[in-house]
Amino acid sequence: MTTMIDPPKAAGFHISQLLYDTRYRSMTIQVIVFLLVMGLGAYLLNNTIINLAAADKDIDFGFLGNRAGYDINQLLIPYSSDSTHWRATIVGLLNTLLVAFLGCILATIIGVVAGVLRLSKNWLTAKIMSFYVESFRNIPVLLWILAFFAVLSEMDRKPRSFRGEDAVNNMWLWDSVAVTNRGTYIPAPIWGDGSALVVITFLLSLLGIWAYGKWSHRRFEATGQILPNFWYKLGIFIVPSLAVFFLLGRPIALSIPEIKGFNFSGGLHIRNSLLALWLALSFYTGSFIAEIVRSGILAISKGQTEAAAALGLRPSRTMNLVILPQALRIIIPPLISQYLNLTKNSSLALAVGYMDLRSTLGGTTLNTTGRELECMLLMMMVYLAVSLTISTFMNVYNNSVKLKER
Amino acid sequence: MSAELQNHLADEVAIQITNMNKWYGDFHVLRDINLTVQRGERIVIAGPSGSGKSTMIRCINRLEEHQKGQIVVDGTELSSDLKNIDKIRREVGMCFQHFNLFPHLTILENCTLAPMWVRKTPKKEAEELAMHFLEKVKIPDQANKYPGMLSGGQQQRVAIARSLCMQPRIMLFDEPTSALDPEMIKEVLDTMVTLADEGMTMLCVTHEMGFARQVADRVIFMDQGQIVEQNEPEEFFNNPKSDRTKLFLSQILGH
Repeated sequence: MTTMIDPPKAAGFHISQLLYDTRYRSMTIQVIVFLLVMGLGAYLLNNTIINLAAADKDIDFGFLGNRAGYDINQLLIPYSSDSTHWRATIVGLLNTLLVAFLGCILATIIGVVAGVLRLSKNWLTAKIMSFYVESFRNIPVLLWILAFFAVLSEMDRKPRSFRGEDAVNNMWLWDSVAVTNRGTYIPAPIWGDGSALVVITFLLSLLGIWAYGKWSHRRFEATGQILPNFWYKLGIFIVPSLAVFFLLGRPIALSIPEIKGFNFSGGLHIRNSLLALWLALSFYTGSFIAEIVRSGILAISKGQTEAAAALGLRPSRTMNLVILPQALRIIIPPLISQYLNLTKNSSLALAVGYMDLRSTLGGTTLNTTGRELECMLLMMMVYLAVSLTISTFMNVYNNSVKLKER
Repeated sequence: MSAELQNHLADEVAIQITNMNKWYGDFHVLRDINLTVQRGERIVIAGPSGSGKSTMIRCINRLEEHQKGQIVVDGTELSSDLKNIDKIRREVGMCFQHFNLFPHLTILENCTLAPMWVRKTPKKEAEELAMHFLEKVKIPDQANKYPGMLSGGQQQRVAIARSLCMQPRIMLFDEPTSALDPEMIKEVLDTMVTLADEGMTMLCVTHEMGFARQVADRVIFMDQGQIVEQNEPEEFFNNPKSDRTKLFLSQILGH
């Protein structure tokens, strides 16, 4: 007779166990899903090959070496219409990287400020920040790009209105910056003899600031004294470079924009397309970052603030020593996503005629060569590579702030 | 009264609370609290939840703001003056129900943070001080671990050591054993008894009536934001005066 304490019989393997036995079930499902995915992939690939053959097309990246034949209005490296499509692609990529880089920096600044201020006890400040966040993150970024561009290019500040003794509009910052409806003109450096030394000094002073920070922290640990670090660092930031600059007889001159006839000449011309794209992307992404920062700070329990206060730490120290180190761990991972979003959203540049990767390789090059498959593939690869690079760097940073807790 | 005598009196009185009132919106949390704590006195505050015990001791180091009346700690009046608040917080240590250790710092760093940044103690000295107090709460060997690696009882003892590192003259305990397993309660209470024996001025909000009997000089019973009754522990437990106190004691000592 079988009783409850009899050991289970070594049962043979039944085919139904593949579906009902927890040991085999997941394996069965994985095999089925794998086969389905491979099958779908094979079908799509086969379909593409057949259709390409029917349309008499092949996959060939040779067109990248041909003459591009179109102009690009913003260049970070030399380029002319006689350059190749490959060169145009690189110019576009650099423009994408430029706006993405500037955007990430400005979005972070805006986001952190707005996020912290939205937590302010000051009613007006908190409400203004809520208004900013809600209006920007709830309206599509394309509309914001167009809105910024419209405001910049429609404003009543034509270059010619800066002319004459009693001009309608004035330049700003001691007559060095001109904000016009055709773009903004700012002073540009002219690199003279010995300017390399000034640049090297500047880079060395950055290193000096880092070394000073280390030294001052060690001094604090040894003596308990806290130095006014900000002012000392600001001093190291400015003084050596300025000293070398004047000692070498001002090797770096500034080309100040000047009104010549109906337009400005000299200086650096920042197009409205870049400005509008940069500002719209920054304010849009900044509103998301603000919420990330706010949630990161709120996620740290009130007990932490209270414990720090009970120990006599002032609110600013509490923020730096207790709240932020913990909040950063929560903030960084979604922040990476926002940087990636901003970079990818920069492909909306097309809307305002900013010549980024999407506008060169995916725009004019694609249209004039008719190599849509190659262009799209290449563009996807480049965006993927850029995104993965950003995310790798940010993950390294994340690991360095990720604190061992147990 | 001569200035000397006044100083002397002020020195004997650790905390003086006069007609203190506090509201949360329309809700009157604390009503006309009057309390004088002598230096070295050990006071246990009991009462049902929501009676304002925690709120009262949190007013003493300004974690909560009182709206009416006066609180004088160590001769310094608690007002909105930041300098006074800083001064009082340096003199008053506090332990919380949920320990509130800083999870991103080691036990040692938890203990040295405030001495270094508030008292400007050099790191080496701060660490020696921290080790001294960690030995006192009997966990010096955990110094380099993180709070998450310790048991609740150990964490609370670290929290006590962390407060002691600021060398306070008064310690506030806000239900220090309420979040602990029964077997860990004892190790924390033992630490508190040692502290009491050394003459620390202590205010403890707690439900540990055994602790109250053993170390308290005075037990204060609060209900609905008021101090209903206060007495020496023996009198308080054996001969409660008000009906509310009797009811409360019958409920917590009933089994």
